[in-house]
Amino acid sequence: MSTTARTGHGRSWVRRIGIAAIVAYCLAPFYWMVVSSLRRPADQFSNALVPSPVSFDNYAAAFDERNGFGRALFNSLLVAGTTTVITLVVAISAGYAVARLDFRGKSLVLTLVIACSMFPPITMVVPLLELFTDAGWINTYQAMIVPSMSFALPLAVWNLSAFFRQMPAELESAAQVDGCTPAQAFRKVILPLAAPGVFTTAILVFIMSWNEFLIAVSVVNERQKMTSNVIVALFTGQYKFDQPFGTQMAAGVVVTLPLVIAVLVFQRRIVDGLTAGGLK
Amino acid sequence: MSVITPTRRSPRTPASRPARSTRRAGTGRLAAALLSPTFLVLGLVIGYPVVAALRLSFQVSSESIDPETGFKVTRTSFGLDNYSTVFTGENFLRPWWNTTSFALASVTLEVLIGVAMALVMHRALRGRALVRAAVLVPWAIPTAISGLLWKWIFNSEGVANDLLNSKILWSTDGFHAWASVVIADTWKTAPFIGLLVLAGLQVIPGELYEAARVDGASSWRTFWRITLPLVRPALVVAVLFRILDVLRMFDLPYLLVGPRKHSVETLSMIAFQEMSNLRFGTAAAYATVLFAYVAVVAFAFVKLFGADLIGRGTRSQR
Repeated sequence: MSTTARTGHGRSWVRRIGIAAIVAYCLAPFYWMVVSSLRRPADQFSNALVPSPVSFDNYAAAFDERNGFGRALFNSLLVAGTTTVITLVVAISAGYAVARLDFRGKSLVLTLVIACSMFPPITMVVPLLELFTDAGWINTYQAMIVPSMSFALPLAVWNLSAFFRQMPAELESAAQVDGCTPAQAFRKVILPLAAPGVFTTAILVFIMSWNEFLIAVSVVNERQKMTSNVIVALFTGQYKFDQPFGTQMAAGVVVTLPLVIAVLVFQRRIVDGLTAGGLK
Repeated sequence: MSVITPTRRSPRTPASRPARSTRRAGTGRLAAALLSPTFLVLGLVIGYPVVAALRLSFQVSSESIDPETGFKVTRTSFGLDNYSTVFTGENFLRPWWNTTSFALASVTLEVLIGVAMALVMHRALRGRALVRAAVLVPWAIPTAISGLLWKWIFNSEGVANDLLNSKILWSTDGFHAWASVVIADTWKTAPFIGLLVLAGLQVIPGELYEAARVDGASSWRTFWRITLPLVRPALVVAVLFRILDVLRMFDLPYLLVGPRKHSVETLSMIAFQEMSNLRFGTAAAYATVLFAYVAVVAFAFVKLFGADLIGRGTRSQR
């Protein structure tokens, strides 16, 4: 933006090489996952850059009945989706309060929210696993959803408060002059206008819960309830000790593809959300 | 925070504006109401576990046979046995060293690569959307999946050995395993740091650079004297969050190398291991110690580098 002054020809191709290097750095491993998944299982150890012939056998193997991968995808969707919805419902009001209301102890509230986002998940998982065992929550969805809120909620509160703060303060003043209470001003004026921010936060929270591993691997030991991240790691090959990388890469592509598409479609929003929140 | 007592209120707000002060009290109550669901959830999923882990970490259970009935009885008492397991024996320094060295090595690499990326992206006139999308891909891939992907890349017959023309057994154990985790983590998060630094770069006014050029400053000098000091706040916050993130790392070494591998076992992994073996007391002791470690690092970082964490949250207040 600020550097349009320098547009010499010599600089321009250096710049292009830099761009190409970044794109290659970011995409090469992902490309390798896609390529490996498209090889025939017999060509698994081929290191050719393009698979020939292209084969979808690995995908068929990933969705094989005995892996339970389809079910795991559904579980992931259910856990991440529910976490996102509950988190947003809880976080919207807190984000608004932090951004807009003038109350004592606000820095304390913010410090607590930030501190929670630094919290190591294992410290939470150990006692919760014991609690869930006693409560009969092992192998249930709620045992994954409730702990996931520990990282989702601070992120959501922080992001939403950043979005609410960007909106002009005159909006509420005008609404209150027109006779709205603060609560009405929030519901009828602010919330509809904050929809894009809420949506961005929803994407971020969904991606983070979709990617969660430690909680899911700790509180579930039944294949039927496992999320896709956990089950892909448990894929077994034809022989017990050989890790079926081709199948795992195919499953990895399936797990990752929705996120990559979301990233391509919503890149501007996601970048805004990440840099506004600055959390993760 | 919900109650604003009259004695506190009266010196602040002039008596001539009673309407504003009642609204303020009302605002306090509203804020408390709006914040309570969040704090209820955080209390349940963070507050309770911290206390419960602390309690659990002092709990020692011993099994013995009841001489009268012949049944096995489990007796629990409180003591420091779990902590003596954490702080003695072969498992004492290793997980600390792994956890800390991962944080130092990965975050250093990530900052170097991330800042370089941000500088290139900032200069890019065309293809910005493409770069931005590409940069988000590593971030979006689940760590668990990227662990498996890098395990495949670092397979003895994988593409890494092919490119390097080497025969290294990367993901077995030892330094190579450690390095493979650092590489995988750097790949995944350097672009993220790049994005945050880029956001910091974009708010630097262009006139500063023009002034520097008029004054005849070299681009190297401009970078050290203008760019770096001005992106420092954004960078410091990004680095703090990355360090804390690596200190609690679990999925990547767990899936890329595997459990019980000495060279990559982090504090989170060892706590998980103890938990899987139903030694909840020791697991809780490791988890509590990790929690304390993270807290100390965060506190020290904020004090040393003045990371303005909540400033960003309160800044644009009326």
